[in-house]
Amino acid sequence: MSNDVLSDIKRMHIMTLLESGKRIDGRGFEERRKIELMPNFVPRAEGSARLKLGDTDVLAGIKMDIGTPFPDTPDSGVMTTNAELIPMASPFFESGPPRPEAIELSRVVDRGIRESQTVDMGKLCITPGEEVWIMFIDIHTLDYDGNLFDAASLAALAALKGTTVPAAKFGKGEDYALPVEHLPIASTFVKIGDKILLDPNYEEQQVANARLTITFDENGDLRAMQKGIGGGFTSEEVKYMMEVAKRTSREVMDELF
Amino acid sequence: MSDSNSREIVVPGDLLSDSPELKAGTGAFREKGRIYAAQIGIKSIRGNYVNVVPLAGKYIPKAGDMVIGVIIDIGPSNWLTDINCPYPAPLHVNDVPWRVDFGDTARYLNIGNSILVKVLKVDETKRIQLTLKEQGLRKLTSGRIIEIPHSKVPRVIGKGGSMISMLKNYTNTRMFVGQNGRIWIDGEPENIRLAVEAITMIDREAHLLGLTEKVKEFLESKKKIES
Amino acid sequence: MGGHSDIVLIDKNGIRLDGRKADELRPIKIEAGVLKRADGSAYVVWGNNMVLAAVYGPREAHPRHVQNSNRAIVQAKYNMAAFSVGDRKRPGPDRRSVEISKIISEALEAVTMTELFPRATIDVYMEVLQANAGTRCAAITAASVAMADAGIPMRGLVTGCAAGKAGDKVILDLGQEEDNFGQADVPLAIVPRTGEVVLLQMDGHLTQEEFDEAFRLATEAAVNVVYPLQVEALKRKYAGSTEDIEEGITNGGLANSVINETPSEVNADEIVEELASREEKVALEDMDDGKQGGEQ
Repeated sequence: MSNDVLSDIKRMHIMTLLESGKRIDGRGFEERRKIELMPNFVPRAEGSARLKLGDTDVLAGIKMDIGTPFPDTPDSGVMTTNAELIPMASPFFESGPPRPEAIELSRVVDRGIRESQTVDMGKLCITPGEEVWIMFIDIHTLDYDGNLFDAASLAALAALKGTTVPAAKFGKGEDYALPVEHLPIASTFVKIGDKILLDPNYEEQQVANARLTITFDENGDLRAMQKGIGGGFTSEEVKYMMEVAKRTSREVMDELF
Repeated sequence: MSDSNSREIVVPGDLLSDSPELKAGTGAFREKGRIYAAQIGIKSIRGNYVNVVPLAGKYIPKAGDMVIGVIIDIGPSNWLTDINCPYPAPLHVNDVPWRVDFGDTARYLNIGNSILVKVLKVDETKRIQLTLKEQGLRKLTSGRIIEIPHSKVPRVIGKGGSMISMLKNYTNTRMFVGQNGRIWIDGEPENIRLAVEAITMIDREAHLLGLTEKVKEFLESKKKIES
Repeated sequence: MGGHSDIVLIDKNGIRLDGRKADELRPIKIEAGVLKRADGSAYVVWGNNMVLAAVYGPREAHPRHVQNSNRAIVQAKYNMAAFSVGDRKRPGPDRRSVEISKIISEALEAVTMTELFPRATIDVYMEVLQANAGTRCAAITAASVAMADAGIPMRGLVTGCAAGKAGDKVILDLGQEEDNFGQADVPLAIVPRTGEVVLLQMDGHLTQEEFDEAFRLATEAAVNVVYPLQVEALKRKYAGSTEDIEEGITNGGLANSVINETPSEVNADEIVEELASREEKVALEDMDDGKQGGEQ
């Protein structure tokens, strides 16, 4: 497969620019890339959204089915999240069973939605202990330019927001809108040298020595976090990122929802 | 967009000519006496050859090409280089200007290093041999490297080198345009930035008439702002 | 095929469920160059089918044992998104998509000048985002546009289209119900330039006369309707690339490759050689300025 060796010269260039307060694509350190949302992109799915974050392009689709609840949550629907890093999106993604990167992405997106009780799962119960709605969130990565965590989480949320529970098709009464109660917004940062950047692109991610994803809801409460890559953050840095994430996630909410 | 009749875009399979006088040149092929396009590009008749000037496609190296490569792997007696083409290109210790002991390769060139290198040989199965043993060929340790589609390299160089001379004069930078679409620029950071902006403009507007004039205007306006 | 239902697929006026006549295609939209990272890409909306295709390559084939030392291999992968169908599809390849991938690979390989890229692979990824009968024809149609967009040398484009039989009538381009409850389906792909059929399948039940009619409908629609849309999509993407390109003849993709017949190859190369050396001279001059850098 193609290599993804970053040349020393490019690495140096990114670092030198950062020293002078600039990012390689001209953004500010606390500035996200442009978000382009195409809701209901796949009309035949129960819900869907295509979302571009700069040149990162993901498609989230929601399918609903009827199944049995877990024994410990008999009156609650079931949700499962799956992200595919398909080889269409990058010369470095390969076909085959999901690698740890794809599984981490699935779980981070899942956690953001699940732990913030984005969807009222109680309203997805049909007969307690017997029949509940199973909600599948599938994320297809179409074009990869870094920061899939934020792009995939946003696409999933936008898809859920437009989802119809197909009750009529299953003979379970009338269709109804999926009860989406919260708006968890993920914000991913990387650290390069001693600089912290929001929404890293692919090249920045290649140079990064630490990564942190922070998910805030519409009340300004924390809902999920995920630290990644070898390096570490100081506690001041974590506090700083929380502050930026809280502020900027509100802007994303206002812009999209 | 005038004069487009003579610069026709063709796609694979388009009929270019059925004249028995003409021959299939680059990007074209002959079948049953007719000449067709094999690639997306611009139809161009030169002499008695019908060519297609490609608008897309990978750089394919040939002997003598000067290119910019990045070391992607190291062996005990060679380096593997990415020269932006379909095949990794090996550089053997015999083809570098240094005496390298077996297994001592990483001391001279390491993964991620960029080199200005020449394609020495390409055999029938596209096995490539590179060389650093010629004046001017070397490791690049400063400046910046940007990438444009290799099909636009001639536009950055310009007729008789007009474009690149202008770029260098106005921006006061050192520059090397690799035939694989990688361009190395060195100088003061501000000057590099200006050169990159101008090259990005060439890449974006490569199809427009009077490009040299446009780039000149751009560079002059920047100069004025500075002074 | 062969499902039973009371649905009237074709009414007494010969009009189909979705209002089409027997020889009418669903609306088709084709766009070239829709993805950034891929070397070439295309998006096809064919009725309610939505298919995205991306091409990477030619690039070195891995693992090494799949390499062919004389030519490139074409590895197409057809995949359906989990949410593309009525009931969620489990992600990953199933037997159906492996089969479709294989026949599409072979169909595309038939037109690709693989001899130019020994040991390489041309990877073609087709993602079905929404499926509604006829995805393989939409997929190969998108794939061949994506290959052309990637600058892959080909002897022609490949165009897919299907015909079949439903409600006892031979019809063009089966829709979902016609596919589910009809009597036969004949998906095919053709090289419009030569008329060569490079993909052909059939399932169901047809007389030989019905097959002839279905074959005629599908090939005519492919050549007369779908193919021009492919060509137009490509030309639209590259429109504006036509000006001031004379000096652009260079050692481009094919310049040093032998794809013209033998007698002319020497001369053609000379032309390119001459043009290329002109640039080289310039490039070398540039380098002289820079050579004092003197590392090592």
